[in-house]
Parts: sequence; structure tokens; C-alpha cells
Amino acid sequence: MKEQKVTLELAVEHGLTEAEFEEIKSILGRVPNYTELGIFSVMWSEHCSYKSSIAELKKLPKEGKRILSGAGEENAGLVDIGDGIAVAFKIESHNHPSAIEPYQGAATGVGGIMRDIFTMGARPIASLNSLRFGPLDSAKNRYLLDGVVRGIGDYGNCMGVPTVAGEIYFDPHYEGNPLINAMTVGIVKHNNTASAIAKGEGNSVMLLGSSTGRDGIHGATFASVELSEESEEKRPAVQVGDPFTEKLLLEAVLELTKQNLLIGMQDMGAAGIICSSAEMAEKGGVGMEIDLSKVPLREEGMIPYEILLSESQERMLLVVRKGKDREVLNIAEKWELNCVKIGKVIIGTELKFKMDGNESATVPAESLVLGGGAPVYHRESRQPEYLEKLREFDVRDIEVPSDIEATFLRLLTSTNIASKRWVYRQYDSTVQSNTVLGPGKADAAVIRIKEAPNKAIAIKTDGNGRYTYINPRKGGMIAVAESARNVVCTGARPIAITNCLNFGNPEDPEVFWTFKEAVAGIGEACLVFDTPVTGGNVSFYNENPEGAIFPTPVIGMLGLIEDLAHIRQSGFVDEGDFIILLGSLGGCIGGSEYLNLIHGRVEGDIPNIDLDYEKLVQETVLEGIRSGIIKSAHDISDGGIAIALAECCIAGRNNLGANIVINRKIRDDELLFGETQSAIIVTVAESDLIRIEEVSGKFEIPCETIGKVSGDSLSINSYFDIPVSELRTKYESALPELLERRLR
Amino acid sequence: MKIGVVVFPGSNCELDTQHVLQNLLGQEVKMLWHQQRDLDGSDVIILPGGFSYGDYLRTGAIARFSPIMESVIEFAAKGKPVLGICNGFQILMECGLLPGALVTNGSLKFISDDVIVKVEAGNSIYTSKYDHSQLLKMPIAHIGGSFFADDDTLAEIESDDRVAFRYCDAEGNANSESNPNASIGNIAGIYNKKGNVLGLMPHPERASESVLGSTDGLGLFESLILSN
Repeated sequence: MKEQKVTLELAVEHGLTEAEFEEIKSILGRVPNYTELGIFSVMWSEHCSYKSSIAELKKLPKEGKRILSGAGEENAGLVDIGDGIAVAFKIESHNHPSAIEPYQGAATGVGGIMRDIFTMGARPIASLNSLRFGPLDSAKNRYLLDGVVRGIGDYGNCMGVPTVAGEIYFDPHYEGNPLINAMTVGIVKHNNTASAIAKGEGNSVMLLGSSTGRDGIHGATFASVELSEESEEKRPAVQVGDPFTEKLLLEAVLELTKQNLLIGMQDMGAAGIICSSAEMAEKGGVGMEIDLSKVPLREEGMIPYEILLSESQERMLLVVRKGKDREVLNIAEKWELNCVKIGKVIIGTELKFKMDGNESATVPAESLVLGGGAPVYHRESRQPEYLEKLREFDVRDIEVPSDIEATFLRLLTSTNIASKRWVYRQYDSTVQSNTVLGPGKADAAVIRIKEAPNKAIAIKTDGNGRYTYINPRKGGMIAVAESARNVVCTGARPIAITNCLNFGNPEDPEVFWTFKEAVAGIGEACLVFDTPVTGGNVSFYNENPEGAIFPTPVIGMLGLIEDLAHIRQSGFVDEGDFIILLGSLGGCIGGSEYLNLIHGRVEGDIPNIDLDYEKLVQETVLEGIRSGIIKSAHDISDGGIAIALAECCIAGRNNLGANIVINRKIRDDELLFGETQSAIIVTVAESDLIRIEEVSGKFEIPCETIGKVSGDSLSINSYFDIPVSELRTKYESALPELLERRLR
Repeated sequence: MKIGVVVFPGSNCELDTQHVLQNLLGQEVKMLWHQQRDLDGSDVIILPGGFSYGDYLRTGAIARFSPIMESVIEFAAKGKPVLGICNGFQILMECGLLPGALVTNGSLKFISDDVIVKVEAGNSIYTSKYDHSQLLKMPIAHIGGSFFADDDTLAEIESDDRVAFRYCDAEGNANSESNPNASIGNIAGIYNKKGNVLGLMPHPERASESVLGSTDGLGLFESLILSN
């Protein structure tokens, strides 16, 4: 790479607008040099600056009594769970890299989010993910799924962090632009946390971890444009992961934090050295002087531009406490990691980079970062035209299937509903010996906390792109409500969320309208459930030549269980238990998986949600669990009550079946496959029937006995009676059959 | 009793192992860094699971050259107990303390799942708390755990009664259906000739508390403590 003369044309090639280029000139009081242009282009990219989204994100509720570090303050949110222990958690996307290099893209997505957690001094204890692909009948999508799953597995497994929950959906709208959202949860003692701050004139700035290469240069800029035919050529913009080095980095960093040797540290993800130095300096109100010739390089002939922008993985920037340099170097040596002093903290606010004695770049730190000089845009928004058309849907145009049993089995074995065991079996879900309920066992994963005896957390990712496409505001609300409901079903009280907002091009007013609406819906729901937003990630420009993806906000929910005796699975527990429906059955087929799969239509309106009512349903379940009445709980979601009941049988013990009688004056397909919010299937012992009615009565929530756990088959009215063993075989084998037979 | 748990760069089950021995069973546990040669007076050595050296080159292939392994080999030669779990099992094979090889799973994929294994040979150090043929539920989590040995070695292991555990179904049948990773003879764990070195792929330390769904692994550690 050669330095070039900086012109407006070159700035535009770097993704900057003319106005932004003018702004840079006025900040510097001169034309930036080539390195500086690279710096501004990457720091002011959508990915780093959140310039289109920040104005909306600021409207989200962030306050809460458990919040120790809120959104935007540190690398991840920090939530108090008592006993002097805090949970750090965050979700992040790695969509574009995974679209062109699925294995490395997904692996480095996991690596990046893990670094965000241990940069705070927290040990990662669990990972989750949320994935979207085009349909699996295409070889390309099977290749993407296979690569992404192996990438997530290889990285997380090697790190010794269990991958415990997630979700996957397939839809043509994600063709060519899959979504790979990775979430990590860590724990840290209150007094062991680390901050991403630089302070103290003369303190050493050190680079810990891998050497720096040309990989991932302009990864952040690449993430801030639409994918195109030429994107394949951008493969060098994808980073390459080395989980072994990251594992060493994790252990070294936790040792550094425990021994209190650091003022602060920041991991290097997007925009490498420049981003970490700018953020740390700005936060501490200081400057930094960095000699780029000290940076250990992987390749020869790298110029300052490349060194500053490289997104080589597994690196950390450290600001060391005075007099502790030697101790830091010793720990790095123990873990066989590079650790080099590359500069120092200086008075002032400027970042000064030099190389081989020459000045390479001088920029004010503050001018680069979010909340500082980075641009903020209030994008134009307009309600999309397609919405009106979707509402013209009339259920009378949909024929009720003549063969209900076949329709039910088609849903059960569809890629969106069938068991994802083929996927999660490739993830170590039990390492660290904390996994009480792993994948496939309950509505959320449950991880006990050894350091806080008798406590556990429940975690889950949820997001329904189709819902949000049809009704962005309600879709945002439902994403939060469903994730809250899922952790409630395991016995946890929802306490905070992280979110990953995957949308199309924000410069398209219709896309931006869906973004604003969805964010507003998330905010409303978070207020009702008292689950502040602790941070997350926005991924725009998720488009393919056909248009934008489904607007897909993904919520990562954190719930707290204060007594291990309150943990509940989703499957049936004991023969003879009564099966009870808490909440009401909506029977809405608009936007449902049934309408999509069986009738090939994405139309109508999605199920209604009354957030206050939802909250009461959740309170009913929590009280029912805590008082020992409810033995299992599972919410009604994709595929309606019929699929939910099948899942209760499949996840239950010893092929326990159920005998269900449920009557409503609605169509058969609405009754069985209609989707509904605020409805949860629970089981109770016969002797507790009165008690559950008391609890539901207290919250004024409908409580209807719909059947009994009995026999070894699932029967619903006279629609069908199918052995549980058969249901399980079909549910479990659908995905493997599709993938093992046809992979590549 | 003092138990030494060896930590290699990339080990990731050392804390789980420590938790069971120290917090649940009240034993003294020493973490032994791979660079040291001193075993710190340990009565038992455990090589925990993980990805030592990232499993680069081949699982366990680099870890065997760590300085501590010379001491571990001497320790084993004196008849003292050495237990290798998962990656630890792989390292024991690479350094020659156990015969055979562990190759990539039949599915060519990482497998994380609960399996059932049957206690085969009785061993005074490791299985005294188990009944003969007892079935144990434990998790496995590996990509390179398919046991392989040439015919002569296999015949020797079998005739010496050195198969410690075999994958089986809930009825105790060891067959291809109940073999998660295509191990020869459904072998999940083996002893050395003297019976003081055990390697196994399943994770007993992840099956030692009822809250985690199984306590079947605890017996192995309890047996080990009882024998010392």
C-alpha cells in the first residue's frame, strides 16, 4: 500500500461525504494527510460512530437500580446481581464478514464480543447467538450455515466458554446477507472491574497480544456499506481468528486486572489501534504519543495507515499504572504473549502517531469518537408503502387445510421450528460446569453462579424479523416481551437487556422509519418490564441486490434466579400433571410461521401485545414457580399452541404425552397454529390446581386447564394423536436430513 | 490428600476440576504450571481438558513437550495415579503413557452431548465407588475423541481388562448406535498396564452435582481419594 495525495475524491472513495471532508479540514485547520484521512474515514464510519442511530438510541431507557455501568459507558453493560458480583454482557453483529467468509467471520465475531467482556475484567461464562440465513434449499446457504456454526463452535469451544442458547431462522429476505449476532456474558467481582480509560501523564501505553498484520483493514468501513457483487473482493477486509491466543489473552488480562496493574484497557476490534487509543484518551481527557515502529508486525513494509487501521484480532491496548511496567511484562511473558510499550499518556487531548522518527498523524482524540466530534445524523424517515398493502390481508382468502395432522407435522419439521440440535451439538455447552439448563432444555439457558451461591442467571436471545417487517413498533415490543417471557419460564426475573439492531440502509427513509419504530417499541417494552438497555450494537446496510433484510432487532435478555430451587424446564415432568394455559389464546395467523410456510404469505398484522397484561402473565408464572406450584413452563410462540405442546412433550421426560381438549369459536388453523403473545403453558400437580387458580386470580389472568400429562402420545381434540417418540424423531431428524445429505 | 492439576496454555477445565475436588470433596488442590518440573508434593496428578496449545498440529502433540510432562512420566512410573480427562487423555497418549490414538470423530464434527458409559474393568484406584457394569451419565465435548488402536494393541487392552469405560445405551448395550464418535470397541477410557494411569474422554467433573443433571462422575474422584 502506498500513501496517496488527499483530495475530496479520495475522501469520497473512503466513504466520507463532502461535508464530512470539509468538517475534517476545519477540525485540523488543514487538509488531512493520507493516514489522517484513513483515521477519520474509519472512526466516522457508521460502524464506529453510530452516526445514524445514536439520536434514536439515546431515547432508550438506560437507568435501573442494578445498573453499574450503563450503555455507552464501557465496552459492555454491567449489572449487579448481589453478593458483590456483577454480570457484564453484550451482543454484537458480524454480518458482513460472515457473508463472504462464514467461518472466520463468525469466529472473529465471537472473539470480538468475548474481548468486550474480559476487557472489563469479567470472566466470560456463557455465549449465545442469533443467526439468520436464506433458505436451506440453496447450497450457498448450507455452506454459510456450516461455516458459521463451525466458526462459532471452534472459537467458543477453544476458549472454554460454553455456548448455551440461541436462535436460528431461515428466510429468503436474508439471502446473501446472513445475520450473525454473538452475545457473551461474563461475571466479575465489583472491585475487580476494569475500565477503558487512559490517565496519568507519562504512564506507559502497551500493546498486548497478537502481532499486527494487514488483515481487516477497513473492516469497519466495509461493514458500513451494502454488500455487492464486488464484496467478494473485500475478503481481505475479513479478520482471521486465533482462539488459542485469545484464551491466553483472557487469562493474562484477568491476571493483570486482579493484581491491579492497569489504569485501563481497551480491546481492539473495529478500527484497531486508532479506535482503542482514541476512545481511551477521550474518556480520560488526555492525549497519547505512540510510536508505530514499536508495534510488532506480521508483515513487512506496512505503512502507518495500515498499522493504525488493521483489525488483526486478539490484541489489547493497556495503560499501565506507574511503576508497574515490569510486572505487566512478566505476566505477558508467562502467557507467551507479545507485550510492547508503544507510547505514553501525555497532557493535552491530541493523539500523536509517529513512525521511524517521522510524524505520521496528529488528531484530537475527541474529534474522532461518538459523543465527541463524530457526526450525528437525524435521518429522514417515511412509513414504507408496503405496510398498507400487508394490512389488506383477509383471513377468508386462506383456506383451512384439509389435513390438519399433515400440516402440523410440516410445521414441526420446518427449518424454522425443527430441533436445532445439529447446530448446538457442535457447541460445548457444559464447560465451566455451570450449565443447569443448556440448549433444548428450557425456554432460556440457565447458568448457575458459583461465586454467588444458590443464584443462577437465565439468558436468551430473541428477535422475529418477519414480525418487525410487518409491524416495526409492535415487533420491537414483542422481541423484548418474548425474551422476558422466555427467562420467566425458567424461573428468572428479567433484569436487563442488550440489543443488536440489524437493519438495511439508514439513508433509505423507509428503512430508517422501521428502525425508529422498532427502537421505540423496544424502549416502551423495556420500561414496562423494568429491563434497562445496557448497550449493544447497530448493524446497518444489511441489504442484498433484492433489497433490505427483514428489519431484525435481536434482544439479549438477562434474568436472575435467586434460588436454585426455582429453576424450571419447558418439558413435561410427571404423568398425571395438569396442563394449564395461563393468559389468552389469540389465534392470530397474520405474520405467523404457519401462514408463511403453509400458504407462502407474509401478510396481515402480527399478534397484539398489551405490555401491561404481558407483565401480569409473567408475574403469575414467576409467583407460581416460586411458590413451588408450577412444575414446567413453556411459552406459545412460532407455530402456535400445537407446536408449543409438541415441544413440551419432546423436551419432557420419558416420552410423556398429553391429552388436550381446547375449544374456541375460531377456525381450526387459527386455534392450532395461530400465534399469540402473553400465553404460557404450565403444568401443576393435581393437588395444586386450586393454588394455581389463586395465583392467577390475584393477577386477574385467565387460567384454563386444557389437559393432562398422560400416556406416550400427544392428542389434541380429535385432530390427531401422535406418539411422542415419533414426534421427537421427526423433530430431531429434520435438519440433519437436510444438511447431512446435501451439505455442499 | 494433595492433588496436582496441570495447567497448560489453553487448558480450560482446570477450574471445573478444582471446584469438584476442593469445594465439593474438600481436598487440597495445587495448580501446576506446565513450565515447572516440581509436582509440589502431589499425591495424584490430573491433566484437565481443554485445548492445550490450541490443539494446533494435533491434539496434545505440543503439550507433551512441556517441562512438567517429564516429571509426570516419572511420577506415573512410580505407580502413582495420573488421570487425563479429554484433552488430558490425548496428552497421555501423545507422551506414551497410554496406548492407541484419539482421532477425529466419525462425524468429523465437534460433539457436545450427554453420553452413557459403562464401568468395565474394576480398578482399585478409580472405580471402587462404582458397581461393576454401572452405567454413568456424563457429558462429552470434543472433536478428536474417537479411540483407535491397531489390532494387536486393541487385543492386548481387551485381554488385560484395561478398558475403563465403554459408550453404551441406557440398557448398557455397547453398539454402533450408542457410539457417539466411532471409537473402536466403543472405548471411552482406558488404563495403562499397571492400572495407575487412566484416560477418558467424558467429563466426570461436569457430572458431579445434581444441579447440573448428574452426579455420576463424582464416584471417580471419590474412589481416587479413597485409594490414597
